[in-house]
Amino acid sequence: MAEISLIHYLMVAAILFTLGAVGIFLNRKNVITILMCIELMLLAVNINMAAFSSFHGHITGQIFAMFILTVAAAEAAIGLAILVVYFRNRGSIAVEDINMMKG
Amino acid sequence: MITPLFFYLFAIMTVLSGLMVIISRNPVHSVLFLILSFFNSAGLFVLLGAEFLAMLLVVVYVGAVAVLFLFVVMMLDINIDEMRQGFKQHLPLGLIVGLVLIVELMLVFNHDVSHANILATQVTETRSNTAMIGDVLYTEYLLNFQIAGLILLVAMIGAIALTMRHREGVKRQSISIQNSRRRDETIAVVSVESHVAPNVLKDSRAANKKLQ
Repeated sequence: MAEISLIHYLMVAAILFTLGAVGIFLNRKNVITILMCIELMLLAVNINMAAFSSFHGHITGQIFAMFILTVAAAEAAIGLAILVVYFRNRGSIAVEDINMMKG
Repeated sequence: MITPLFFYLFAIMTVLSGLMVIISRNPVHSVLFLILSFFNSAGLFVLLGAEFLAMLLVVVYVGAVAVLFLFVVMMLDINIDEMRQGFKQHLPLGLIVGLVLIVELMLVFNHDVSHANILATQVTETRSNTAMIGDVLYTEYLLNFQIAGLILLVAMIGAIALTMRHREGVKRQSISIQNSRRRDETIAVVSVESHVAPNVLKDSRAANKKLQ
C-alpha cells in the first residue's frame, strides 16, 4: 500500500461533501435529514482543514476547524429549535407546508 | 506499515456511514450512522496528528449535537412513509448533481497534483498538538475565539427564546413585576376594632366554618 498523501484525505472529504449535497436532494421532505446532511458537509470541510493543516505543518487550519465546529453546533441548535417550534405550531414538519411567509 | 491500513479503514467507514445517513429509512438510524461517521472522522483526525480536534469532534458532535438530533427525532411524531415520498423521484437529479460535483472536485485534484501530492511534513514536534493550538489560539486568534464564544451565547439565547412558552394557568415568577411593586399598591392599612365582643367573634367563626 502506498503512502497516504494529502490527496487521499481530500478525496475522502470530497466524497463526504458530495454525499451531503446528494442527501439534501434525496430527502427533500425531511428537514431533520437535511440538517444532518449539512452536518456531513461541514464535517467534510473540517477534514479538509485538518488535512491541509497537518500536511503543510501549520496549525492555523486546525484553529479554523474549531471555529467551524462552533458555528456548526450553534447552527444545529438553532435549526432544531426552529423545528420544534414549527412542529408545536403546525403539528407537522413537512417541508412543502413551510411557505407561510410567502417569501 | 499500519497507518495506511487504518486510514483506509476509517475512510471507508466514514464514507459508508455517510451514505447510510442519506439512504436509511428511519431518521433514528440516520442519526446513529451520523454518530458512526463522526467517530471514524475522529480517527482520521488522529491519523493527521490533530488529536485535540479529534477529541473535540467526539465531545461536541457525538456528545452534544448528535444527542440533540436524537432527542428531536424521538420527540417529534413524524410519519416515516410520508417523509420518504419523492425519494425515487429526486434520485436521478440528485445522482446527476452528485456526479458533476465529484467529477469537478477530482478534476481539481488531478490538475493541482504536484501541490496536493506532498507527504506529511516530518516535523519533530517538541510540544503536543493541544499546546500548539493553545499557543496561537489565545494570542493570535484571541478576537476570533471571543467571537466564537459570542456566537455560542447568541445561539443559546436564541434557542431558549424560540422554544420557551408561557402556558396559561401556570404560576411563574416574574422578577420585573416583583421589582416594580410599590408599597401603596399592595399594602392596605385597615383599622380594626381592638375590643370585639365575644358573640361577634363566635359569629365570625361560624361563618368561617360555613364557608369551608
